[in-house]
Amino acid sequence: MKVFVSLDAGAIAVGAERVAKAIAAEAKRRNLEITLVRNGTRGMFWLEPLVEVATPAGRIGYGPVAPADVASLFDAGFLEGGPHPLCVGLVEEVPFFKRQTRLVFARCGLADPFSLDDYRALGGLRGLERAIALGPEEIVAEVKRSGLRGRGGAGFPTGVKWETAARAAGTKKYIVCNADEGDSGTFADRVLMEGDPFTLIEGMAIAGIGVGATQGYIYVRSEYPHAVRSMSKAIDIARNAGLLGPQVVGSKHSFDIEVRVGAGAYICGEETSMLESLEGKRGQVRAKPPLPVLSGLFGKPTVINNLLSLASVLFILSEGAQAYADFGWGKSRGTMPIQLAGNVKQGGIFECAFGITLGELVYEVGGGTANGRTVRAVQAGGPLGAYFPPALFDTQYDYEAFAARDGLIGHGGIVVFDDTVDLARMARFAMEFCAHESCGKCTPCRIGSTRGVETIDRIIAGRAIEKNVVLVRDLCETLKFGSLCALGGLVPYPVLSALKYFPEDFGMAVRPAAAVQEVR
Amino acid sequence: MSLTNGGAPRRVAFNEALARKIIDAELGREGPLLPILHALQQEFGCIPSEAEPLIATMLNVTRAEVHGVVSFYHDFRRAPAGRHVLQLCRAEACQSMGAEGASRRLLEKLGLDWGGTTPDGNITVEPVYCLGLCATAPSAMVDGEPRGRMNAAQLDALVAELAAGEKR
Repeated sequence: MKVFVSLDAGAIAVGAERVAKAIAAEAKRRNLEITLVRNGTRGMFWLEPLVEVATPAGRIGYGPVAPADVASLFDAGFLEGGPHPLCVGLVEEVPFFKRQTRLVFARCGLADPFSLDDYRALGGLRGLERAIALGPEEIVAEVKRSGLRGRGGAGFPTGVKWETAARAAGTKKYIVCNADEGDSGTFADRVLMEGDPFTLIEGMAIAGIGVGATQGYIYVRSEYPHAVRSMSKAIDIARNAGLLGPQVVGSKHSFDIEVRVGAGAYICGEETSMLESLEGKRGQVRAKPPLPVLSGLFGKPTVINNLLSLASVLFILSEGAQAYADFGWGKSRGTMPIQLAGNVKQGGIFECAFGITLGELVYEVGGGTANGRTVRAVQAGGPLGAYFPPALFDTQYDYEAFAARDGLIGHGGIVVFDDTVDLARMARFAMEFCAHESCGKCTPCRIGSTRGVETIDRIIAGRAIEKNVVLVRDLCETLKFGSLCALGGLVPYPVLSALKYFPEDFGMAVRPAAAVQEVR
Repeated sequence: MSLTNGGAPRRVAFNEALARKIIDAELGREGPLLPILHALQQEFGCIPSEAEPLIATMLNVTRAEVHGVVSFYHDFRRAPAGRHVLQLCRAEACQSMGAEGASRRLLEKLGLDWGGTTPDGNITVEPVYCLGLCATAPSAMVDGEPRGRMNAAQLDALVAELAAGEKR
C-alpha cells in the first residue's frame, strides 16, 4: 500500500514532516504494511500537507492533514480511499489540477524525486536521448522552431541564444542555470528542484550538447536550502548513473554540473551579476556588450537560462518543436508555470498555455482571496512587476499583452491583495526593496531608490502631494532610462502602476480625505 | 556542499589551522570564494575578521577584494548570530497576508529591531525577502527549517518554543 506525503519545503513548512511521522507510527501501531513515499508537491498548497494513497481508480488525496487527523484517516480506511471530511477525491480530478497543461511539471509530485527508475518510467530521458540522436545543430534548430522564450522574464528567444553560443569561438563553454528565484510570489524553480530535479539535469545536458558546453552551474539562492540539498543529491545520483560525466548517457558528449549557492543578494538573479558572483566577486552588474553568450563566465561563451526555460526543453526535444508551439498564443508559445500566491484561496503552481486571462487565474483558478474579502489588486511578475486593478483582469497572460499595459509577466508570479492593501505603502516598499538590493553600480538605482522612499514618505504624510508625485514620476523616468539592469530599470513599474490605478491611496482626489485617513 | 542557511548556527572560536583546511577543501573549484565563505560561516558562525587575510593569501587576491565580497552579500555575518536564527519574510506575498503587522508586533514584544538578538543570546530575528513559500504566507525560516501560515499567534508559539529550548 503506497502512501504519499510531499517532501517539498512548502509542505514541510505547514507540517508535512510531522504528518509523515504520524502516519508511519500509526501504521506500525495497527500492524499495517505501508510504503511511505516522499514525493514532490502537486503544487496545490492550500491542500498541503496533502496525503495521497494509490488505489486501483487512481490516487486519492486528503488535505490539509494535521498530525491529529491521522488516526481518524486510518479509522476511515483511507488506505483504500475511504471517505473522510478531508478527502478531496481523485487528486488529478481536482479542478485546479485538471485544468492544467503540465509539460514542465508533468512528473512533479508523481514519485520519489530521487528514483531514476521512476523518472525513466514517467518519460524522463526521452528528450536527452532524442537530442543525442539529433546532434547539436538539430537540437538548436528544434528549440528555435519551438518559439520558446526566456522564462526568467525578459522573454528572449532561447533558440537564438543557443545558436549564438554554439557559433561562438571558444575552447570552453558554460551553461548557467538561473535558479536565483528571488521574486516574491514565485516558487516554481524551487518546487521543480525539490520535486523533479532530474528534469533540470536533463535540460541542462541537452543545452550543453546543443551549444558544445561541457560544464554547467546551477546558481541557487541560499534561501532555498532544501532545493540545494535536493539538486546536489540528484546530481550525484545522475553522475553515478552515467547521465553526467565524460560520456553523457554513453554518448561522445561530456557534461557535468555543479550547484552554487548565492548569499542573499537579489541582484544576483540578474545574469551578469550572477556571473560575477560565480566568479567569486561582488554581485555587481556588468555593462553589455559583451554579451554573456560570447564572453560570459570567466570570459568564455556562456548560456544563462532560467530554470523553467531549461526544463521546457525536454518536451520540445521529446515531442518535437511543433507539438510545443501548438500550445500558446501570439508570440508566446508553449506553457507557463504560473504561480498564484499571497492572499489567494487556492494558491500554488498552475501550468497552462499562454492566453488565459488574469481574471480567470485570480477568480476561477485561485478562487479569490484567502480571507474572502474583495480582490483589490494583483502584482504580476515579482517586486518589479506592475500592480493591476480588477479593471485590467481581462489582460491575457502573455508577454506582449502585459507589456502593452505597462506590466510584465516576469517569472510567472501573481500576488493577490485584498481591499485592505495600501498601494502607496506598496509603492514605497518597491523603492525600499530597490534601495536594499541595489548593487550600487548606477547612480539612479543606488541613490534614486532612497530618494524615492523619502519622496513617497512625504506623499503618505500628506505633504505637497501633487508636487511630490511629479517628483516621483520624474525619478521613475530617470531610473527607467538611466539604469544598467532591470532592477533600477523596472522598479518604476510597481510605483507608476500604483499611482495610475490607485491614486486615492496617495491622497490624490477620488476618495474623500476622511476616508483616506481611515484607510491609513 | 555547505550551507549558511542549513541549520542552527554554530559558534566555534576562530582557529587558523581549521580555517586553512576549510579553504583548502574548496580551492579546486572555479571561482571558489563564495563556497569558501559559506563553508567558513558554517563552521565559525560568521566570517571572522582574521579569516579575510588568510583567504586573500590563499586565493592570491587582495584583502580589500575579499572584504568587498564579504560585505556585499547579506548572508555573511561579521559576528555570530544568536543560538537560533528566525528569519521573517517581508516580501509582497507575505505582506498581503499581514506579515508586516505580525513581525512588528513580535519585534516589539522582544524589544528588538530587525537583525537584533535577544539579550540572552537565544534568538536573532532577521528580515528575509522571499523564501519561496508564497502560497502559504506569511512565511518564516527558523534555523533553516521552513514555516508557513505564520500569523501572530503562530509566531508567539514558535518564539515560546525557542525560549523553552524545545524546538520541534
